Amino acid sequence: MALELSGLYRRFAGFQALDNVSLSIAPGEFLALLGPSGSGKTTLLRILAGLDYPDSGSALHQGEDFLATPARERRIGMVFQHYALFRHLTVIENIAFGLRVRPWRSRPSRTEIRARVDRLLRRVQLEGMGARYPAQLSGGQRQRVALARALAVEPDILLLDEPFGALDAQVRVTLRRWLRELHEELELTTIFVTHDQEEALELADRVAVMNNGRIEQVGSPEVIYQQPATPFVCEFIGKVNKFTVRSGGEGFSAGGWVLEDAPWHGRFTSAVAYVRPEQLRLAVPSSLPAWEARLRHIYLAGGVAHLDLHVASLDLAIEADVATEDLSRLGLQAGNVLRVAPRSAVLFPLDAQGTPVNAERWIWQARSPVPA
Amino acid sequence: MRRRVLPGFGISLGYALTYLGLIVLLPLAALAWKATDIGFEGLVRLLSAPRTLAALRLSVGGALVSALINVVIGLLVSWVLVRYRFPGRRLFDALVDLPFALPTAVAGIALTTLYAPKGWLGRWLEPLGIHVAYTPLGVLVAMIFVGFPFVVRTLQPVLASLERDVEEAAESLGAQRWQTFFRVILPLLAPTLLTGFALALARAVGEYGSVIFIAGNMPRKSEIAPLLIVQKLEQFNYAGAAALGVALLSLSFVLLVLVAVLQRWSNRWTEQAA
Amino acid sequence: MNAHARTRAIAWPRRLVHVALIALALVFLVMFLVLPLATVFVEAFDQGVKPYLAAIVQPEALSAIRLTLLVAVIAVPLNLVFGVAAAWAMTRFAFRGKALLGAIIDLPFSVSPVVSGLVYVLLFGAQGWFGPWLDQHGIKIIFAVPGLVLATMFVTLPFVARELIPLMQAQGSEEEEAARVLGASAWQMFFRVTLPNIRWALLYGVLLCNARAMGEFGAVSVVSGHIRGLTTTMPLEVEMRYNEYDYVGAFAVASLLALLALLTLAVKTLLEWRYGDEIPRTRPVDTRKRHGT
Repeated sequence: MALELSGLYRRFAGFQALDNVSLSIAPGEFLALLGPSGSGKTTLLRILAGLDYPDSGSALHQGEDFLATPARERRIGMVFQHYALFRHLTVIENIAFGLRVRPWRSRPSRTEIRARVDRLLRRVQLEGMGARYPAQLSGGQRQRVALARALAVEPDILLLDEPFGALDAQVRVTLRRWLRELHEELELTTIFVTHDQEEALELADRVAVMNNGRIEQVGSPEVIYQQPATPFVCEFIGKVNKFTVRSGGEGFSAGGWVLEDAPWHGRFTSAVAYVRPEQLRLAVPSSLPAWEARLRHIYLAGGVAHLDLHVASLDLAIEADVATEDLSRLGLQAGNVLRVAPRSAVLFPLDAQGTPVNAERWIWQARSPVPA
Repeated sequence: MRRRVLPGFGISLGYALTYLGLIVLLPLAALAWKATDIGFEGLVRLLSAPRTLAALRLSVGGALVSALINVVIGLLVSWVLVRYRFPGRRLFDALVDLPFALPTAVAGIALTTLYAPKGWLGRWLEPLGIHVAYTPLGVLVAMIFVGFPFVVRTLQPVLASLERDVEEAAESLGAQRWQTFFRVILPLLAPTLLTGFALALARAVGEYGSVIFIAGNMPRKSEIAPLLIVQKLEQFNYAGAAALGVALLSLSFVLLVLVAVLQRWSNRWTEQAA
Repeated sequence: MNAHARTRAIAWPRRLVHVALIALALVFLVMFLVLPLATVFVEAFDQGVKPYLAAIVQPEALSAIRLTLLVAVIAVPLNLVFGVAAAWAMTRFAFRGKALLGAIIDLPFSVSPVVSGLVYVLLFGAQGWFGPWLDQHGIKIIFAVPGLVLATMFVTLPFVARELIPLMQAQGSEEEEAARVLGASAWQMFFRVTLPNIRWALLYGVLLCNARAMGEFGAVSVVSGHIRGLTTTMPLEVEMRYNEYDYVGAFAVASLLALLALLTLAVKTLLEWRYGDEIPRTRPVDTRKRHGT
């Protein structure tokens, strides 16, 4: 293991930033810490960087106590949220900083530093920009300088705090791909913090979803998306429709739609169900149970169309996504009444207090998948 | 203690506290301690003496009036400097800080010469029956001089950042220019004006150097409280000087607290977050 | 009437108001700022250049200049170090009583200069706390140079700290943290990151601190004892000459102080123009009370 975190607690005045956080990070892994603001992800990153310390818990790096190592000896590369470039130094001086401050015994020679900086400038595609000051660069260029500066010290672990947060949408996507390629090339253990689920799912090998100082779920992007472990993960990742199902005569049902089976053997009488917009069938044959839903509006968003539906029996607005070219194939128009039913759903049974029981999660799949 | 990432907490705070303790707190403690020497009766006798009362009234009253005048003039000058473009604007802008940079003794003798009966300004004012030099009016002039930059420099950044669209909105709703000024701009500036008022006031209450030359220092007429302290000191009446010093300090603190309360009220619309 | 003509019709009275306001402001600025400044130089050269030069090269004047420089050379660096230390502690760490500390740093601004001198007389004077002890050991503070330095330090204490605190607050500690993560030692961090970031604000604070230190009158007057040639700084020399009806002599020394003030203003303005964004610009007032964030 590159890093083994266990039982980390950190309390700030008035709120618990980390609440029993344990996490293993493999060498060369690309891990995303994903969560809303205040979920503790940045605190965790700062603890790894040596910029903050937990109240209790341990962090081992290749078997050694990481917390006992001062920040400057951890061999960490850190890219700060707002880059924290030294505004009075040029790009070259910024990148060389970590090498120049070494004690002279371990400091590379001038020519070696120069060569390394040049290599890094090429790597981050900033040749010819070396003499500029941070203020003379665009946001994306600053971010790459920050990255080069972090890489210059040849760190064991690269930490990035909201690396794309301050960039506009286009630059963000380009840089994301570029960072992914860079990671594949360097095979450097990389941990980055983000509140953007799309970014986390697209970039990372593994995603740790955080909420209120706890890790809700750790797993590959596919697992996080398709098998969310808690209601929080369901609601935080992607768009989702939420409703309650109750046990009746023939198993669980909601407003005329019936699930074929029930896994809890009568221990629970209701459950909260999550269905993603692309997991809704819009033309269910009348032989199968479904909702009658009125199509209120069609929002076209390029290749995808978002349908705003209203299910009268539940008095619930739900959203369904279809490919734009399917609109005419299905003859969809605002005002239509459709027979709608989920293709799959994630359900958490509710206990007597109405609290979801995460351990009893049930991922339901329709038995007879019919194309939408 | 929690480990800290940035170095130097102990040494910087320790140094700052020691330095403050030695340079500021210890001497002020000596002041408070010495002031108790004259006892309660002595304090009452000192403070009820007509000469003391007159001096305190002049220092505090003069400071209040000068600060008020500075708010008006300061508003005018900062408005002109921020909103209008005219030749020499930058020069005048830089010159605003002159009372701050010019040593008070120099300001004192210059103002005295200027307003003396034969001075450049005095010779025009004397025939009109306005006597400035060696009268309470002279004290006021000196106090306006030293307090002036505080109001302008507080107002300028706020005026510059005042959104034009608020004024445009007012005008689009049919407000006259003067209505916009009194109903929109002035209330927005009120907290800042009060800050400037407080700073000018604090400076003027204790002012000594620029005032004593022009004041004429006639007991019970144009004698300021700090001068009375100096005189007590020259008579080796240390306790009296200390008591008067404490009285002057307390008065100015009471005034500043009052201004702070007023300011909080005038700033109420920005306090929602708290 | 077409629209264009109508806007012009409204614009005319408004222009008139502008001109009137500008004129009014200028009249005040000239009367209150330009005329006193001009008076200093006109009075100094009232009898011509020779008496002016003679007044300045008198031994008392020269020793006053030397003493003024000496006091500033001691007091300003001490307050510089204090200002940096206080600003570092206040802006980079969380601790209890921070607001109180800030208030105490500001305290000398609201104390009458006379009281600022008085407190040291009460501490070190013949009847003061340490008076008898100092007397026994033959140490003289009041009516001597150390008293002048102490009173000046008290009066000018807030200047550097007050410049640095808002700036360092706004800059945040990210750059310093980055330096630490990149392996910089405490001193490397300070000299390579912190100091370059605050240099202009520091210079600005030192400039204001120095102007006040050289020009301080009230506080210094109380602890000086007015011993000619020994404990009279330039402002005190101005006062003594003026009270002796030596107007040319008084204004001659005053003109040197006025030149210092003008130089201060010039450098200050230059700093504001060139490095405005690296100096919190609400001089010379308290920046904590700025509105908005």
